[in-house]
Amino acid sequence: MSIQVIKAGILDTVQDTGRYGYQQLGINPGGVMDRTAMRIANALVGNDAGVPVVEMHFPAAEILFEETMLVSLSGADFSPRINGEEMPVHKPVCVRKGAILSFGKQIKGARTYLAVRGGWKADNWLHSYSTHLTVKAGGQAGRALSRTDRLFPQQLQPYGLLNKESIFEVLPWQAAVGAFYQEGSLRMIQGYEFDTLTPAAKETLFSSSFTISRESNRMGYRLQGPPLITTLTTELISTAVTRGTLQLLPNEQLIVLMADHQTTGGYPRVGHLISADLALLAQKNAGDPFSLSLVTVQEAENILHRQEMDLQQLQNACNFRLAQYLLGV
Amino acid sequence: MSASPVYRIYPCGDHAITITWGNAITEAANQQVMALYRYLCERKITGVLDLIPAYSSLTVVYDLVALIKKNPGQTVYTMMESQLQQAVRSVELGTITVSNKITIPVCYDLSLAPDLSALAALHQLTIEEVIQLHTAPTYRVYMIGFLPGFAYMGSVDERIHTARKSSPRTKVPAGSVGIAGEQTGIYPLDSPGGWQLIGQTPLRLFDIDRTDPCLLQPGDEVQFWSISLTEYHQLKKL
Repeated sequence: MSIQVIKAGILDTVQDTGRYGYQQLGINPGGVMDRTAMRIANALVGNDAGVPVVEMHFPAAEILFEETMLVSLSGADFSPRINGEEMPVHKPVCVRKGAILSFGKQIKGARTYLAVRGGWKADNWLHSYSTHLTVKAGGQAGRALSRTDRLFPQQLQPYGLLNKESIFEVLPWQAAVGAFYQEGSLRMIQGYEFDTLTPAAKETLFSSSFTISRESNRMGYRLQGPPLITTLTTELISTAVTRGTLQLLPNEQLIVLMADHQTTGGYPRVGHLISADLALLAQKNAGDPFSLSLVTVQEAENILHRQEMDLQQLQNACNFRLAQYLLGV
Repeated sequence: MSASPVYRIYPCGDHAITITWGNAITEAANQQVMALYRYLCERKITGVLDLIPAYSSLTVVYDLVALIKKNPGQTVYTMMESQLQQAVRSVELGTITVSNKITIPVCYDLSLAPDLSALAALHQLTIEEVIQLHTAPTYRVYMIGFLPGFAYMGSVDERIHTARKSSPRTKVPAGSVGIAGEQTGIYPLDSPGGWQLIGQTPLRLFDIDRTDPCLLQPGDEVQFWSISLTEYHQLKKL
């Protein structure tokens, strides 16, 4: 009753919402890069928001279903196929035992999330299933999925019945994800060292386009843009940083800290992206441009609150549809 | 010790708040940090995910979504700010906080200490003098960061303060003991690093299989003692 990786992807890991309570020991939270996509993928198969999913980058793994399962993909669109036939994203799909999931090309986004009804079974380390690659703990033996790895659902739960001939069956509803990934400037609040930027640098920060460089990964996105000058002359002693923190590096370029960021840092923090915009950023690829705009902490909270209500509504709708559907079969 | 009222509170992103006592490494500021850290650890404030003590600051990371839902119509940041202010007022700095005292064996044999000779020469000291100066003080774990279990300790005797290497090594073995400026530290894992390496400990600073994966905690006191290469290999086998 498992899936088996028959061809490894470039970086596919088991993740949940992250490992909290240990940053005082330098153990960073990790977890999925795109929390919105994780929640939607889970909601589509009737799971609670935080159960473990597989986060996949492109090129992603090829997967053999050794059991019939109800699964979903949300986040990026890597043109998934089952035995060569197109599989839709953002929809619950019942896949028959023996079928093979593969990915064609990267159409949109940077990470796709594979959820299974019941959630994936994984190693728990310090109260989280997230894969911590640096210390090699959590998830699938603390590492990326490799060929012959098997993943099991925590429990096999009922799924929609397939008719005899079909290799997979798409359940008849789709999560409307567009509202959560509306293109626009990424919003930030001021960081503690924001005011050490020269007036010209502040102007530049909000009037320029920044591009995600190739040196970007789950730890952080290095950005390419016009140089930003700080008037800071003394070195800063290390202080905590968080997901979304925009640090100004000595080369006058910015880095945005992402899921696997270090817990502390000593570079000037010019800003922090708001939580509500991190999913949008997590789906951007090297070469993608964006601009920044400034909001207050109060506005950041209001935006997140509205997003949360929309997500909750979507989760409820998914749960309702699935319950109705399963009753009908 | 007298309470220093000079602190500032600021948002560290929309889901974290930091209190800082300034941009300097002092034992007094770190004592403020640790006293507040321990106070908040005991209180277990709803919605708090992480407490991150650093040299002179403490950051509280919170579950913004949960707190927004629980407190409709209020700004979570403002709530956290007033809770933090209240906590600072309540912390009794006079009370003695018991720190763990940990002794760590270090082998300063040149085969395990690639920068020791050059460091001694730079400061016009003998290798024995450097070892003596490094093992004399009781160090304070000011904070943990950079890597899981990497303790920033201070302060190193002024006579052996040494700047980081201009070009970091791509791989420093776990257990390496280093100096960077006035700080000393031990690499818990194999990793890239720029500290001046003067020895190695056979102890495992970090082990995922232990209930407490990290040997050192913020606020701990550490004393090094010098061991021979033979002792190092014996202890390493344990």
